[in-house]
Amino acid sequence: MAKILGGITTSHIPAVGNAIQKELYDDPYWKPFFDGYPKVHAWIKEHKPEYVINIYNDHGLGFFLDQMPTFAIGAAHEYKNEDEGWGLPSLDPFPGAPELSWHIIESMVADEFDITSCQELPVDHGFVVPMQLFWPGAPHNPDMPKAVPISANTVQHPIPTLKRALDFGKALGKALRSFPEDAKIVILGTGGLSHQLDGQRAGFINKEFDQYCLENIVHNPEELTKVSRMELVEKAGAQGTEFLMWMMMRGALGDDVTEITRNYHIPISNTAAGTLLLECAA
Amino acid sequence: MDQPGFDYHIDIPGTTIFDGKQAMKGYALNKMCYSFNKSENREAFRADEEAYMEKFGLNDEQKQAIRDRNILAMIDAGGNIYYLAKFAGIFKLSVQDVGGMQTGRTTEEFKEFLASQA
Repeated sequence: MAKILGGITTSHIPAVGNAIQKELYDDPYWKPFFDGYPKVHAWIKEHKPEYVINIYNDHGLGFFLDQMPTFAIGAAHEYKNEDEGWGLPSLDPFPGAPELSWHIIESMVADEFDITSCQELPVDHGFVVPMQLFWPGAPHNPDMPKAVPISANTVQHPIPTLKRALDFGKALGKALRSFPEDAKIVILGTGGLSHQLDGQRAGFINKEFDQYCLENIVHNPEELTKVSRMELVEKAGAQGTEFLMWMMMRGALGDDVTEITRNYHIPISNTAAGTLLLECAA
Repeated sequence: MDQPGFDYHIDIPGTTIFDGKQAMKGYALNKMCYSFNKSENREAFRADEEAYMEKFGLNDEQKQAIRDRNILAMIDAGGNIYYLAKFAGIFKLSVQDVGGMQTGRTTEEFKEFLASQA
């Protein structure tokens, strides 16, 4: 049976893709952000996951408002990165793992999570930037795992509750651990932390709330299910609702986790950037 | 953090909750902006803005907001920031430029505001 090695979170800000392309790792603005990743690289090199479940939120590339799935799972042989409107160079396709995708979909629908399956799913910065951060040179890193993208709706309200996100993760974890292959899996929860791009409140960042989330998500994620969705918008900012991806990731890890590394920095672009690596008990 | 009964569309100053009502109101505007994912559509817009807006059926409020490059007016007209970001991309505006435009700050002032929250 497959084994979940752990989960990694990161912000997925588009500007990070630019900074990687320009190799701004030692630039004074970027260094405090990129300093959060060497420990993650070392952990990945040591454990070499064969599959990566990339939980992100599409920002208007894969889905439009005509059909907006609350939870969508990719079930393709590969995932193409495409122009999001900014004319940035697209990365080469990421290899998929349709056999694992369909196993997850079967297991989760049996557990009463109603999934939208996607045989074609263009992936945007929410998926791509974390891959570039964790596997430098992605998708051409020799250790690049095969990917399953999972996208949750944070574009349009109503968005899922924090409890639903955590429960989704629990069902995902059950699905992964029952995959009949002796494989190692890592789960990414991407996006966040606090930020708001729109309105007169644009630029809002909330360090205190982010710290509360970071503290609790490690050993007490149930506490965070008490945060209502409107409270999440109010305290994390309109786009800080991406924290739902972190909750989904966390649910899949089970109770017994060890924090390996953490980084938090304000600001990167308009965002409070957070990185966290949690290892599951052997 | 436990606030029962808090979970409805509360008033958060300076924040528009993009819900079904806004999504229906802004559908044409957002659909046009979604089309800007493709470079040929960005070029078609630049070549003839009025014809491009007409093709997507924008209402007068939405058209005027686009003409004025007024992000707050676009949001009032049902625009969603993720799609509007693609419109901003046509003009190579960063999210700090867009943040400044919405908050009455220069881009530099907006960046300073962000850093002040560290």
